[in-house]
Amino acid sequence: MSLTANDVTQIAHLARLGIDKQDIVSYTKDLSGILDLMTQMSELNTDNVDPMAHPMDQAQRLRADSISEPDNREKFMSIAPQAEAGLYLVPKVIE
Amino acid sequence: MEWETVIGLEIHTQLATQSKIFSGASTAYGAEPNTQACAVDLGLPGVLPVLNEEAVRLAVIFGMAIEANIEPYSVFARKNYFYPDLPKGYQISQMDHPIVGQGHLDIEVDGETKRIGITRAHLEEDAGKSLHESFHGLTGIDLNRAGTPLLEIVSEPDMRSAKEAVAYMRKLHELVRYLGICDGNMQEGSFRCDANVSVRPKGQQAFGTRAEIKNINSFKFVEKAINHEIERQIELIENGGKVVQETRLYDSVKDETRSMRSKEEANDYRYFPDPDLLPVLIDESFKSQIKASLPELPQAKKHRFKTDYQLDDESATILTTSRPLADYFESTLKTSKSEPKLCANWITGDLSAALNKAGLEITDSPISDERLAGLLTRISDNTISGKIAKQVFDLLWQSIATADEIIAEQGLKQITDTGAIEAIIDKIIADNQGQVEQYRSGKDKVFAFFVGQVMKEMKGKANPAEVNKLLKTKLQA
Repeated sequence: MSLTANDVTQIAHLARLGIDKQDIVSYTKDLSGILDLMTQMSELNTDNVDPMAHPMDQAQRLRADSISEPDNREKFMSIAPQAEAGLYLVPKVIE
Repeated sequence: MEWETVIGLEIHTQLATQSKIFSGASTAYGAEPNTQACAVDLGLPGVLPVLNEEAVRLAVIFGMAIEANIEPYSVFARKNYFYPDLPKGYQISQMDHPIVGQGHLDIEVDGETKRIGITRAHLEEDAGKSLHESFHGLTGIDLNRAGTPLLEIVSEPDMRSAKEAVAYMRKLHELVRYLGICDGNMQEGSFRCDANVSVRPKGQQAFGTRAEIKNINSFKFVEKAINHEIERQIELIENGGKVVQETRLYDSVKDETRSMRSKEEANDYRYFPDPDLLPVLIDESFKSQIKASLPELPQAKKHRFKTDYQLDDESATILTTSRPLADYFESTLKTSKSEPKLCANWITGDLSAALNKAGLEITDSPISDERLAGLLTRISDNTISGKIAKQVFDLLWQSIATADEIIAEQGLKQITDTGAIEAIIDKIIADNQGQVEQYRSGKDKVFAFFVGQVMKEMKGKANPAEVNKLLKTKLQA
């Protein structure tokens, strides 16, 4: 599987990463290299192997449904770039 | 050309937990903004999500109620997208291994039962809320809702009309409330619906291209939004256009749907298993504990009401829509020892009408099950007639007195003393000789006139069966 320069631009956009135009060629080559390795690995027969969801062979522990977190709004707001009227403020986003 | 509509619904139900799905912050509605958003909900570095057992339990209850497979192994995945009310840059959801597998729900439309397939139901966290107004051109973010547990219930594309879609949505709404897994409050966003709508020429197997209508927050709007979308798609195709796969937003003010995300921006969520969470294993003992605590399900209850109490389908359906209503019926019946049919008729008739008019739920009924039972007992033992019972019912509604107190106070006791009734009948026959002649010459219809006169004279308190019997004898004499 090989990526095109367009794929790289699209992936960077989805991840909201700003990349320099001049680097696109090398990114395309490097990322394609990784995917080619995957392709090579997928030649192995994995018919009887379940896909792994987590490297640790353990089950998720569950917590009891109780409220344990107090209100720390003031502290959290003090480290936010901008806050007002109890709200975090961010640049306007309209769909 | 004749068109067929294909509809599938995705319904987000907020699970009725105290705390969030992955943190110990409260889920209570209506708090001051951001006072219920902890470090986990804010997606601060270094925090880890820990799964709430109650959310898992409620999801399993739902799975059992729709006769679905409860997956012994389920996995949380990250759904990646950027939006300011999603602090982590991804939503924790489930993709390949949802907790609830394939199930079904039966709906009734125009007297016919139809089975709607449910593809899956999966656990996920809700996002926060964006407030776009008046912050000097900035957007305000409230993260109280971020991390609230949701169960997303995905149906098969089995519905063929807006009417069926609404019936399915209503049935599901009843079910989650009945099970107590969701409060069903649509104004507060506890029960939200997205509809996938497409059209195809009748008889065609392949599905048409679908549009997704987002966040429709009432039953009325679901029907209107879907019908509007069907019209839009048919018109588009018939004019030589093509439906594009996109997300559309329903505008209830203008009654139209409009495009929300263009195709270029189509989301590529890049799901992958969340390394912060281990697979969830659900064993038999966890399931059997839940099974043992499961309430009698609406379908089973309805069947029991029909067989044990000999109720007709309509009454049994109405009485089993909610657990409180079914409980009210059964306890009234037990206390009054009246005929089940009489009890059902009063609850689905006069009581429901009065509650509707006052905008009240059965749990807020001014007439308790015990007081209604008192009324039914007096109807059953012939102390009062059905007509007088309506008067007593109105007084029960307006006061806190018992039926017996009202009957005694107002002197509403039915007169069964034949002597008293006979005296009145004699008087009426004497005063209305003309009608007597008519009756005797074969005009049976005049009989009703006499019944009316007697009842009027006795202020409705005479036992109707007794009046009929005595009148007949006297008129034929």
